[in-house]
Amino acid sequence: MEAWTPQDDDPLLLGDLKLTSRLIMGTGGASGLDALERALVASGTELTTVAMRRVNPASHGSVLSVLQRLGIRVLPNTAGCFTAGEAVLTARLAREALGTSLVKLEVVADERTLLPDPVELLEAAETLVDDGFTVLPYTSDDPVLARRLEDVGCAAVMPLGSPIGSGLGIRNPHNFELMVEAAGVPVILDAGAGTASDVTFAMELGCAGVMLASAVTRARDPERMARAMRHGVEAGRLARLAGRIPPRRFAHASSPTEGLAELDPERPAF
Amino acid sequence: MTSDVLVVGGGIIGLVTAWRAAERGTAVAVVDPDPGGGAARVAAGMLAAVTEHHHGEQDLLALNLESARRWPAFAAELAEASGTDVGYRPSGTLAVALDADDRAELRELHDLHRLHGLSSEWLSGRECRRLEPMLAPGVRGGLRVDGDHQADPRLLASALRLACERAGVVFHRQRAVRLRVTGGRADGVVLEDGTPLSAARVVLAAGSLSGELEGVPEEVRPPVRPVKGQVLRLRVPPVYAPFLSRTVRAVVRGSAVYLVPRENGELVVGATSEELGFDTTVTAGGVYTLLRDARELLPGITELPMTETLAGLRPGSPDNAPLLGPTALDGLLLATGHYRNGVLLTPVTGDLMAETLATGELPERARAFAADRFAAAGGRPGAWQPAPDTGGGTAHAAAATGAQPAARVDDAARKDDAARVDDAAGERAAAGERAAAGKEVAA
Repeated sequence: MEAWTPQDDDPLLLGDLKLTSRLIMGTGGASGLDALERALVASGTELTTVAMRRVNPASHGSVLSVLQRLGIRVLPNTAGCFTAGEAVLTARLAREALGTSLVKLEVVADERTLLPDPVELLEAAETLVDDGFTVLPYTSDDPVLARRLEDVGCAAVMPLGSPIGSGLGIRNPHNFELMVEAAGVPVILDAGAGTASDVTFAMELGCAGVMLASAVTRARDPERMARAMRHGVEAGRLARLAGRIPPRRFAHASSPTEGLAELDPERPAF
Repeated sequence: MTSDVLVVGGGIIGLVTAWRAAERGTAVAVVDPDPGGGAARVAAGMLAAVTEHHHGEQDLLALNLESARRWPAFAAELAEASGTDVGYRPSGTLAVALDADDRAELRELHDLHRLHGLSSEWLSGRECRRLEPMLAPGVRGGLRVDGDHQADPRLLASALRLACERAGVVFHRQRAVRLRVTGGRADGVVLEDGTPLSAARVVLAAGSLSGELEGVPEEVRPPVRPVKGQVLRLRVPPVYAPFLSRTVRAVVRGSAVYLVPRENGELVVGATSEELGFDTTVTAGGVYTLLRDARELLPGITELPMTETLAGLRPGSPDNAPLLGPTALDGLLLATGHYRNGVLLTPVTGDLMAETLATGELPERARAFAADRFAAAGGRPGAWQPAPDTGGGTAHAAAATGAQPAARVDDAARKDDAARVDDAAGERAAAGERAAAGKEVAA
């Protein structure tokens, strides 16, 4: 039996969901719906997260109708929740309103850092998995917590590279390597991307996808930055699959330095 | 009952349209259960063309600047027509930052101002506090924008209503429930008690409700959505007066808050921005966030009596700019989608709509805001072109010859727009110089 080799166009699997694009977008921070729409189209995303506490699914003309028109699947999230109880309630309301059991689970510890509260997060994840949700938890870049979230049945783990909206990139690449190595579910960078090289780096580290919002929505030209992110994700994935060369301390000339042609001193070579 | 123009919606946009049209001799009627209500009753009334400018909204900037420039004369004219004060106050705006991140964001805004030749001056934290001593000691810096003034939207709304009445506008104090369309032409509405009203033209100016009127064909239905804003009102007792002498706004750790002091001692604190449909409840979280951020900015506000909490609905359009003029349906026009800028855009909207009603066409220079721009398949609308300044020829000439800031445009495709914006900005800068001598004009 031949070993399975990853292919360029392998889909990203989140529970039963298959995605061709590995860029998951968020809508927070957009200056307007028109600008958001152009950015979403440019990103090529197939899955976009929306804060259920800030959007009414019943209202027309909102961000949800933009997603519907573009054929982008909605990933409800529990942004703004500080306890497992609130998050579970919000997820259930979202499932009822949108008819999807997908949820991006966020339980944050405080408003200043928006860092995940690991204890509340794990408890909410366990409850929601038991309740039949496909749970995608926003988590710290902690390999142990990532493993525990996988153990309770989360469909992916979504560690932060740095705090939400900070644009500080991946601050602890080593932890990402550990998580990718150990995880049986997709590891998706969920916060901290500031520019295209950040997402490329995430994919090079072996992330299965990238989730971002501010880096695009708050960019001077969101549409163009969305396109950059799309290419960044693809570049990073291809580089990962292609296999980078081992780093060396000293030069290794790319042109051969041996076996040079013997030149006839009588005749000019060129 | 028949009129020439029937305006659905008696908020400030509907009223200014009715007033300006009636002034030109048109027979106008307004349908609204409570004329002078609407989003303006909640709004703070900042005329913030400069401090609310965002990347990618150059057309809207030019329209906002044009309207800001018209405000002083508009206020005087309306005061005379209505016999009442409209609450226009040419006090400026100070946008401040409390921490290093917010400061960096404000610096970016300053760069954007300079790029577009807008007049704003960078101040140190100490300078900010010298201007407004009630500001918290932690203020790290700020932008002084003397050209961003304020108006009292409630006074504005009642003045417009009075001016309409004096100009012979007829009011139907009921809700319009359906648009009447006969032979492919809009020719009136039906009121909630079943009364039909007919008119040669119908202007839909119903704010966030503009997309809800029955009978409007799907292809011309305005893409307007309600964007909820919660606003608090405090009162500054005479012993604390003036407390603030100008509008103060800030981004406090990423969340925006503003405080607008009125002449009558009212201090307006706003505003949340929520996409929750037609929901106007005031929530604990909304009030908490506003007070938390406002207190961080001005610790002294905890002593002030809180007199009102209210939520309103901004009429949001997909590109945050208004929808003006004729639609693809004969007889139906729009004046809606003014989003955060309704009060600011009142003067220019009145003029553009009156001109449109008189000529049958939206003036060419306002094509970027055409009501049918989202329905039209053929490309994006053109750029806003500011009107020639008929009242201040010298200022315009100065802008055209000397005050043109060099546009640093990295995208060739936007060059046209940028140049036109800069033209408007130059006009404004020149006009600003006349108004407030000694102010730095960034160019």
